[in-house]
Amino acid sequence: MSTPVLEARRDSRPPVIAPGHTFETVTDRISRVVLRRGTPRGWIVGFALSFCLMMVLFYSVAALLFRGIGIWGINQPVEWGFDIVNFVWWIGIGHAGTLISAILLLLKQEWRTSINRFAEAMTLFAVACAGLYPVLHLGRPWLAYWLFPYPNTMGMWPQFRSPLIWDVFAVSTYLTVSLMFWFVGLIPDLATLRDRSPSRIGRGVYGILAMGWRGSAKHWHRYETAYLLLAGLSTPLVVSVHTIVSFDFAVSVVPGWHATIFPPYFVAGAIYSGFAMVMTLAIPIRKFYNLEDFLTMRHLDNMARVMLATGLIVAYGYMMETFMAWYGGNPYESFMILNRFGGPYAPQYWLLITCNVVIPQVLWFRRVRASIPALFVVSLIVNLGMWLERYIIIVVSLHRDFLPSSWGMYSGSIYDWSMFVGSIGLFLSLLFLFIRYLPMISIFEMRTLVPGAEVKEETP
Amino acid sequence: MKRPPIYGLLAEFDTPTELVTAVRKARAAGYRVMDAYSPFPIEELAEALHFHDRRLSMIVLGGGITGGLVGYLLQYWTSVVEYPLNIGGRPLHSWPSFIPVTFETTVLFAALSAVLGMLALNGLPMPYHPVFNVPRFALASRDQFFLCIEAVDPHFDREITRRFLERLDPQSIAEVAH
Repeated sequence: MSTPVLEARRDSRPPVIAPGHTFETVTDRISRVVLRRGTPRGWIVGFALSFCLMMVLFYSVAALLFRGIGIWGINQPVEWGFDIVNFVWWIGIGHAGTLISAILLLLKQEWRTSINRFAEAMTLFAVACAGLYPVLHLGRPWLAYWLFPYPNTMGMWPQFRSPLIWDVFAVSTYLTVSLMFWFVGLIPDLATLRDRSPSRIGRGVYGILAMGWRGSAKHWHRYETAYLLLAGLSTPLVVSVHTIVSFDFAVSVVPGWHATIFPPYFVAGAIYSGFAMVMTLAIPIRKFYNLEDFLTMRHLDNMARVMLATGLIVAYGYMMETFMAWYGGNPYESFMILNRFGGPYAPQYWLLITCNVVIPQVLWFRRVRASIPALFVVSLIVNLGMWLERYIIIVVSLHRDFLPSSWGMYSGSIYDWSMFVGSIGLFLSLLFLFIRYLPMISIFEMRTLVPGAEVKEETP
Repeated sequence: MKRPPIYGLLAEFDTPTELVTAVRKARAAGYRVMDAYSPFPIEELAEALHFHDRRLSMIVLGGGITGGLVGYLLQYWTSVVEYPLNIGGRPLHSWPSFIPVTFETTVLFAALSAVLGMLALNGLPMPYHPVFNVPRFALASRDQFFLCIEAVDPHFDREITRRFLERLDPQSIAEVAH
């Protein structure tokens, strides 16, 4: 019979949770990171560095508010520069969190359990970083509320035929729903922290946040329904968000942007970069906090496979862009592609192809997927590649469009760079705080993976 | 109605299987007003308690439909009635470009009603609940499983119910003060 063979094959893969764990050890191991007395020195150093970078962001934002967006490198014809590159990059990174927490939940992929909380937090912080850029790019960010439809004395309303207003709704809905999904997932774990915290303040704060959760079967029943419905709602939401982000480009007539392949190609790129970022963050964290039992090689292997698959979709997108530029017969489109291949930004383009298409092919090899340093390096390369992709899409298309008389060149100014680096500081600072004060792995979901969690039916 | 002197009796079990068996036996013995507490969701537990609540799905459906209507009507009203603008000669009611926002408001309202509906139906936030008076109940969020038969149950009797629970072989039994 085939069953033993299948069993053996399944056993040959590393498990999603190391053997020997009970409800007790899972709970204690994960909550200890939060409840331990004293803060590890590594955390303090890491947080201090991130905090300094965050101050660089705040300084740059202050300078921007005083002097205006002229301190950036943007010009005519390149009106979109680092701000939109970074916006798309960050929001794409966020997508992996929702994919892991919602889509893999609906597909009953148990391995998602130990990375979903952490990936959802990453989503929130990445979307927070992303949201900064379009708002700052407004020029008068203090009037950002004009973007929302509300009755005002000017008698004006938003223009709903513009993709930019779709973006406002998509990103704000995405942030709200991700926040709720993350918080609902946290409630039972906050109750655990409330019951186990040794300090009065801890019991008080976690107690207020847990809202009196007591693990009643009736509550769990409705909780599971709500959680599944949220997953079902987040799944089309995450696809819609990057689709709408791609509409910002695709609905225009600019060569290189006006393409029907943009929505799927953007969504795949988002997942690609998001998984790369989850990997970049998960590898040091599991090492530092000794969480190898919960974040096993199986997780890293699966994430590498997702990266490989979405990377191939992205590569297909690059091929189709080139093919359509030739096949479409539009001289502006074919010029745009030739300008990408051999124009002033050709080095960046070929670096992008190397980072996103050539190097990730090493993930086909099992030995690479089993090597932590190799995976870490590949994930960093993909992060860089995906940033370059957005740079190429935005800058190359804008700098030489229809009329040679209005061509120009673009490069980021010192403030462009300081804001980009600073937003990484903001992201890391939030992540460090999250790791210190909230359970980074979903405790209650890990309990369901423990062998004793299944109800055994007694034969009467 | 006279308030019973205690909230109920709380029995503690080590495994989910024991808890589910205990709930089934308590049902069979005629107890109806009871609740089970576990550190993670157990599908069989709601079944054993004969607990079914379909209201949340209906609330979410209602929220989604409301969100879709609100989103679309907002765009229709602002673009056609209140603030008509001629954009490239397109009709004022250019419905295809209203779809993305309609979709987003649908999801937003549905998700909000899922979360708020779940909390409201569960009666959360709840600052006080009697089961927390039992010190061992702190383990309900860690590794122990509890069954509470409440004193308002018509079959409840301090002595008889205690003897019944003892026969289920629990780790501990405690009276829950109000």
